[in-house]
Amino acid sequence: MLMGKSISIPDRWSMFFKQLIKEIYKLGVDSLWIVVIISVFIGTVIAIQISLNISSPLIPKFTIGYTTREIILLEFSSSIMALILAGKVGSNIASEIGTMRVTEQIDAMEIMGVNSANFLILPKMLGLMIFIPVLVIFSMFTGIMGGIFASYSTSTGMTPSSFEYGLQFYFNEFYIWYSIIKSVVYAFIISSIAAYFGYNVKGGALEVGKASTNAVVMSSIMILLADVILTHLMLT
Amino acid sequence: MIEVKNITKSFDGRAVLKDISTTFEDGKTNLIIGRSGSGKTVMIKNIIGLMKPDTGQILYDGRDLITMNKHELNMLRREMGMLFQGSALFDSMTVMENVMFPLDMFSKDSTKERRKRAEFCLERVNLSEAGHLYPSEISGGMMKRAAIARAISLNPKYLFCDEPNSGLDPKTSLLIDDLIHDITVEYNMTTVINTHDMNSVMNIGDNIIFIKEGVKEWQGTKEQVITSNNQALNDFIFASDLFRKVKEVEMLQEEG
Repeated sequence: MLMGKSISIPDRWSMFFKQLIKEIYKLGVDSLWIVVIISVFIGTVIAIQISLNISSPLIPKFTIGYTTREIILLEFSSSIMALILAGKVGSNIASEIGTMRVTEQIDAMEIMGVNSANFLILPKMLGLMIFIPVLVIFSMFTGIMGGIFASYSTSTGMTPSSFEYGLQFYFNEFYIWYSIIKSVVYAFIISSIAAYFGYNVKGGALEVGKASTNAVVMSSIMILLADVILTHLMLT
Repeated sequence: MIEVKNITKSFDGRAVLKDISTTFEDGKTNLIIGRSGSGKTVMIKNIIGLMKPDTGQILYDGRDLITMNKHELNMLRREMGMLFQGSALFDSMTVMENVMFPLDMFSKDSTKERRKRAEFCLERVNLSEAGHLYPSEISGGMMKRAAIARAISLNPKYLFCDEPNSGLDPKTSLLIDDLIHDITVEYNMTTVINTHDMNSVMNIGDNIIFIKEGVKEWQGTKEQVITSNNQALNDFIFASDLFRKVKEVEMLQEEG
């Protein structure tokens, strides 16, 4: 029901676009720094750990770059990043809408004749769905840069040239699209679940906190479930 | 004019409103008074359509709120202004943006005209200098005034106030009361105020409805409150020493 109320034609398009831009900035652009930091470090660590675990002389060194790329493109930049964003963005959405509910700001909108669900939720959902591919691309790029950095700076046996060769080895462009499509679904899951928990808060500050926690937990579970389903649908 | 006809409301089998009927007239400040938990908030929420009564009718100039479809209800709501207990200003917007919000959403005027209207409303509540501030940067009294400015920005026919004086000092409360009363008369609005502030009752109560345990116990004007013989009303009104003394003086004057 809430979804039906949210996904409807906005009362005024100019206000909707204003909100959309605000949400893209708040939920997307403001998340760039955390995406970049986590991706660089995880990319570095993945490369180091793979190089430490591949000690057999029968396995070529470029496998380190190849495996790092596959992990980052297939799973890290979309699914793991979505789990991180569920914590940052999901809790933000749930607590913001929840606070508006308990302080009667949503009632104030309803009294004015504004479709509060549409005004508050739709721009958040669309904003995150529009911007999450940008976050995924940034995550892929910076994650791989982290791996390259590791190849230059560690003495675990991998060389920059073998790592770069591995990055280019048997590259499948579809994996990028696969990751982006998954992330858009995750963005929908994060924003809609968080909005649902926030919008239906009853009580005070304690309940807003609980709603925020529940939103993150539920989004994380749904992301993992969606990951399995989408991987089956798109890769098998 | 708003007519409430035989409304009842129950929660989990417990009756909160029991067959209440009353009329709120244009250009008057109508007060709903009663103890905490007597059903005042439930009644005002039913009147504005945030809750649906189990039975009865709520007529806005003859239009029944209960039987309205979503579109009709939204149209009616654009004729309403509401002042919430906690002001309910939007935290993410400045005072000016808050007042502009209903205009931006529904007014067909140009941006310049909308801004002019918002500035007029802020000026009307003596808040012109605070337009650029966020709700967290202003006092409780200023928040109430900003909420009044937002409520009147679309020239509503009906104004609802839920505990407008809660959390305010007596002087600021009087200021808010006077402002609501003046606006009501100025724009010939139907104003309904939910309160347990006796200063408001004595100051602006053109029409007072006293509710006790979900039942309309008494209805009259502020002048009639003092002389009423209704025991439940007297117990409520004259619980304060100050008002008891006011009544004693009134009685002495009448006798003398």
